[in-house]
Amino acid sequence: MTVKNEAVVSTVKRHKEPLFRLIKRTDIPIWKKWVIRIATFAVAAITAGLLFTFIIGDGAAFGTFFKELWSGSFGTERLTYIFLNNWAIMMCISLAVTPAFKMRFWNIGAEGQTLAAALGAAFVIHYFGKSLIEPVVILLMLVAALFMGMLWALLPAIFKAVWGTNETLFTLMMNYVAIQLVNFFVNLWSPGGSGTIGNLGNGSFHGLFGLPYIQNAVFVAIVTIIVFVYLKFFKHGYELEVVGESVNTAKYIGINVKKVIIRTMILSGAVCGFAGFLLVGGSPTPTINTGLVGGRGFTAILVSWLSKFSPIAMIFVAALVVFLQKGASQASDSFHLGASSAFSNIIIGIFFLMIIACEFFIDYQIKFRKKEGK
Amino acid sequence: MEKTVALELKNITKTFGEVVANKNVDLELYRGEILSLLGENGSGKTTLMNMICGIYFPDEGEIFVGGEEAVIRSPKDAFALKIGMIHQHFKLVDIFTAADNVILGEHMPRYSVKEEGKKAIAAANGFKPVKPAEKILWGLKLGLKLSALPFIKIGKKIKFDYLAKSRTRKITEISSRYGFDIDLKKKIYDMSVSEKQTVEIIKVLYRGAEILILDEPTAVLTPQEIDKLFAILRRMRDDGKSIIIITHKLNEVMAISDRVAVLRKGEHIATVNTAETDEKALTEMMVGKKIDLNIERAEPNDVKDRLTVRNLTVINRDGMKALDDVSFTARSGEILGIAGIAGSGQRELLEAIAGLQKTAGGDILYFDPNKEDAEVDLMQKTPVEIRDLGVRLSFVPEDRLGMGLVGNMDLVDNMMLRSYTKGRFVFVDRKNPKELAEHIVHDLEVVTPGVRTPVRKLSGGNVQKVLVGREIAAAPTVLMAAYPVRGLDINSSYTIYHLLNQQKEKGVAVIYVGEDLDVLIDLCDRILVLCAGKVSGIVDGRGAKKEDIGLLMTKLTGKEADGETKEAAL
Repeated sequence: MTVKNEAVVSTVKRHKEPLFRLIKRTDIPIWKKWVIRIATFAVAAITAGLLFTFIIGDGAAFGTFFKELWSGSFGTERLTYIFLNNWAIMMCISLAVTPAFKMRFWNIGAEGQTLAAALGAAFVIHYFGKSLIEPVVILLMLVAALFMGMLWALLPAIFKAVWGTNETLFTLMMNYVAIQLVNFFVNLWSPGGSGTIGNLGNGSFHGLFGLPYIQNAVFVAIVTIIVFVYLKFFKHGYELEVVGESVNTAKYIGINVKKVIIRTMILSGAVCGFAGFLLVGGSPTPTINTGLVGGRGFTAILVSWLSKFSPIAMIFVAALVVFLQKGASQASDSFHLGASSAFSNIIIGIFFLMIIACEFFIDYQIKFRKKEGK
Repeated sequence: MEKTVALELKNITKTFGEVVANKNVDLELYRGEILSLLGENGSGKTTLMNMICGIYFPDEGEIFVGGEEAVIRSPKDAFALKIGMIHQHFKLVDIFTAADNVILGEHMPRYSVKEEGKKAIAAANGFKPVKPAEKILWGLKLGLKLSALPFIKIGKKIKFDYLAKSRTRKITEISSRYGFDIDLKKKIYDMSVSEKQTVEIIKVLYRGAEILILDEPTAVLTPQEIDKLFAILRRMRDDGKSIIIITHKLNEVMAISDRVAVLRKGEHIATVNTAETDEKALTEMMVGKKIDLNIERAEPNDVKDRLTVRNLTVINRDGMKALDDVSFTARSGEILGIAGIAGSGQRELLEAIAGLQKTAGGDILYFDPNKEDAEVDLMQKTPVEIRDLGVRLSFVPEDRLGMGLVGNMDLVDNMMLRSYTKGRFVFVDRKNPKELAEHIVHDLEVVTPGVRTPVRKLSGGNVQKVLVGREIAAAPTVLMAAYPVRGLDINSSYTIYHLLNQQKEKGVAVIYVGEDLDVLIDLCDRILVLCAGKVSGIVDGRGAKKEDIGLLMTKLTGKEADGETKEAAL
């Protein structure tokens, strides 16, 4: 008898139900999704605030943090214009990568495409800025920027379409090519070999509509509408979606997959090119340097994904990213946390880690092991 | 005869999100019997079996093995309880031999130097030495024995890992005991599907399984191979093993099993003795209502040649001939069936006709009924070119959600796959596709929350209705369907057969690639049999015998067969 009892005990010990299991949610009401998202946002904000308070070591800093976070973007009129401008650039690059991502073409070269385009625009100013009238210069800048952006996107697209090379590595490498090219030209053009260029002088259309930076936001709003319509109502948009979902289906209904890949990447590159054009020409002091895009080509990937490739959602996500960047760096500046962007990156990291994690909880439900003694 | 319970399930429930895969299922399996688990697709058969062999864990309920409660958390636990499953998709290493695959992953029996040493000391302690010389000798002996232990372990390891002869002997023993016909030194990639299945079964037996679960083992076999498999299963049963066989083919249930357990929508409906039931009663239990299992077959009328394939050859990526000198004609008002073991060139044939597959030689000719049967050459044309030539060719591919439809798109956008180029200017037209989608949902009774639902959320049968509906809506003159009822429940299957028959009566040349020979014989007017990329025969659907087709599927007739075997030998 005792032997048998022991055996039973050991089986129970040996075999236990797994601690928790993940269950995919099939349908979750929309309100619940938003409750989860807003709650996540609140938790992220509190975590960031606590971290800030901890670093400063003063309890009062908790409230200050949120004040600074807000005033980074909306503290003064000028900051709001800068916020708008930053939003415009972020939005434009996010829009650029979206058609490619919808096609499952992992274009992580938006940074390089934008920088190459900016170089194109700067090139026009440097060589023709003094000799031609301003409108012609600006027009030439636009052409050069679009050309460079498209070229930088076209190369990996052709290699992918014709030889099946890996687009992720290719577009990534093209970033470095663009950075080195900019480096080269900056050294070439810099007065006395100082390695930096200040204001190029000509080619700025800043203040076109009377208000500072507003022209960039207006142009990007137009681009947003174009991309939205293109993706949703154009045959092209439909084709690239089919290619993204299944190359086999695309072939089955007779879509020329190579053509779609190349065409979509040209568009993607052109929008990046436009962003590069705005970065140079839309500034009151047009200039070029390797940090001009400042990693936004990569952040745009995140923005595009988080908005699930919807241009409408992207408006808000891009705004959120810029808001956090501006606010966090304002907070870190006001407490002299150093000139580097380290602190603002930590804050942004906290927010996005949590936002991405919350999408997981929207998709899955966690079920824990039932209590013993059933 | 006394029956002992080998396996018992009590009140098993398993849910995936909102979907209830199994609900309060009770099941008993006796020693020395073959139990058929019958149910339509999606009725929860595989889920239930996966819980027995440790792939899933039940939400509720208990499993008893040999009378004792067992908690099976992993396939390892299942092995320990002597439960083995042969999955639908084989899990074998291609470049290994059969024997290697069987012994793969087996661990050496535990051999601990420490414990063996303790044992040796304990054994030596029984000896009471008297003389000092004896004492020294005793010490030396023990020391020698202890220091040899690590080497013994290494020796055992070498013997186990590299000299697998003893284990091969055990495998041979098993295979001769049950009458397996297999060469253990053959590599998996050289094997036919049926041989691979045999290896899977031997693998499970080698691990000492007393309860064997086979998931749709007959789906990929020819009638002759099925007979062989059944003979082996019977021998195993007589040897005292318990076998569960999952299937949805009624004639096989009747032929092989002692008892049948029927599942419907995840619930256990009944378990009956096979001898006391018939196919009709089983269908009724399975579907939940009476159903007519006869397929109507109208006499073809106004038969004309519509599509002729002549000496078609297709070379696949590996440089092998996927199709070799294939010739046939599909006629209007007729259903031409294509039979063959999976991968005999069916896919390549249909894709070559549809313009999706590069061809190496031959002719594909279409006779346009709108132009007085004028000849149109379809060779080396892209799908768009074929469409532009006015050829109304519809194709229901085998891979529904990977080729025929886009799973993440809704019904309307899936309709657009065929019509999006028709939109005005650069814009797509969603109005007509929407009407078409609503039309199909209504006419074919597609169960969907709406036409804006992504098709991947629909059940298999409804997905297929959407696809077939779209292809038929194009008013085709040639309709090709590859395995259109695979994975469908009985009702949906009959809807599809009915649709194909309707098209036939409309004068469409229908080409139907199927795997169920009974259906092919009932549905088709003529049946073309493919074997390794060659046409091994074309038989009349009326009066064709399953066994004959089965033979054609595995070997080529006449002189060609000799050539083929020589080639294979090389």
